[in-house]
Amino acid sequence: MKIYASIFCIILGGMLMAATGDFPDWGDAKSPANSHLSPYYLQNALHDAETPNVVTVVLGDYRGFDTMLETAVVLIAGLAVGIILRRDRDTDYIPEIEEPATKPGLVVQNTARLLLPPVLIFGLYVLAHGHHSPGGGFQAGVIFGAAFIFYSFAFGLTETENWFTERAQWLSIFLGVSLYGGIGLLCLALQRNFLDYGALAAIIPLGEPAVRSLAILGIEIGVALTVMGAMFSIYANLASSGYHEKAL
Amino acid sequence: MIWRYDVITLLMLLVSGYFALRVKDAIGSVILLGAYSFLMCLLWVEMAAVDVAFTEAAVGAGVTTVFYIAMIFRTTRRTSD
Repeated sequence: MKIYASIFCIILGGMLMAATGDFPDWGDAKSPANSHLSPYYLQNALHDAETPNVVTVVLGDYRGFDTMLETAVVLIAGLAVGIILRRDRDTDYIPEIEEPATKPGLVVQNTARLLLPPVLIFGLYVLAHGHHSPGGGFQAGVIFGAAFIFYSFAFGLTETENWFTERAQWLSIFLGVSLYGGIGLLCLALQRNFLDYGALAAIIPLGEPAVRSLAILGIEIGVALTVMGAMFSIYANLASSGYHEKAL
Repeated sequence: MIWRYDVITLLMLLVSGYFALRVKDAIGSVILLGAYSFLMCLLWVEMAAVDVAFTEAAVGAGVTTVFYIAMIFRTTRRTSD
C-alpha cells in the first residue's frame, strides 16, 4: 500500500511540476496578472487612498471583501477551537489529563518583564505604520496575541486571564469583525457600495483619499482586535485542555 | 533574484521538510517546521513580497509553533522523572 501511495505521490508531483512550466515567468510584465490589474493598482493607489504602501490599499480597500471574510475565517477558527475544546471543571472533568502546572523560572519572568513593553509598542507601530511600511492589522494582531501568550508562559494562564479574561477575548474577537463590517455598512448607509470608503467623506470632511486612508486604518484596527483575541483564545484552549486553569 | 541564494534556501527547505517528517521526537519535528516556515519567509523577502514575509514570520514561524507545542504537551503523557 505504501508503495502505491508513493508512486501516486510521485506521479502527482511530477504532473504539478510539469504544469508549473506553463506559469508566466517571475516578474513577467506580459502575464495577465501584471498587464491589467497590477498597473492600475500601482498607478492609482497613492492617488485614490493617500497611502504609499500599495499592498495595504489592495488588501484594505480594493479587495476589502476578501480581507473582511478572512477576518471572519479567523473568528470561525477561534469559535471552532472554543466549541471543541472548552470544558467546564464541574460538569465534565477528566482527571487523566490533570498535571501540576510547573512554576516558571525567575529568568523567564524577568525576560518577559523586559521584553513585553517593546513587543507591544512594536505591535502598535506595525498596526499604525502599515500604511507606509510592511505590516498591518493581521501582523499586529498576531504580535499582540504572541505577547500575551508569552506573558502567560512566564506568569501562568490564570494570571493572564485575570485581566485578559475569556469575556474580553470574545469581546475583542467579535468587536473587531463588527468594526470592519460596521464601516462597510456605514458606507452602505451613506448610499454608496458596501466598503466603498469614499462615502465616509460625507461625515469626515477631509476629501475622499484621506478619508479612505483613515477607513483603512479603522478596518486594520478591527482585524488586529479579532486576530489578537482569536490567537490568545486558541492558545488558552489548547494549552489548558479547555479548562482555562492550569496551562503548560 | 539571486539564483545561488535561491538554490541554498530551497535545498535547506527540502532538508527541513524531509526531516520534519522523519524525526521521531514530535517537538523536534515542530521546530523543524518552524525552520521551514522561516526559510519560506526568507524566500518571500527575496521575491520582494515583504508583507507576505512578515505574515509568514509572525504566523507560520511564531504562533503556529507555539500552538503545536501547546498541543503536543497536552496530548502526550509526560513521565514523572
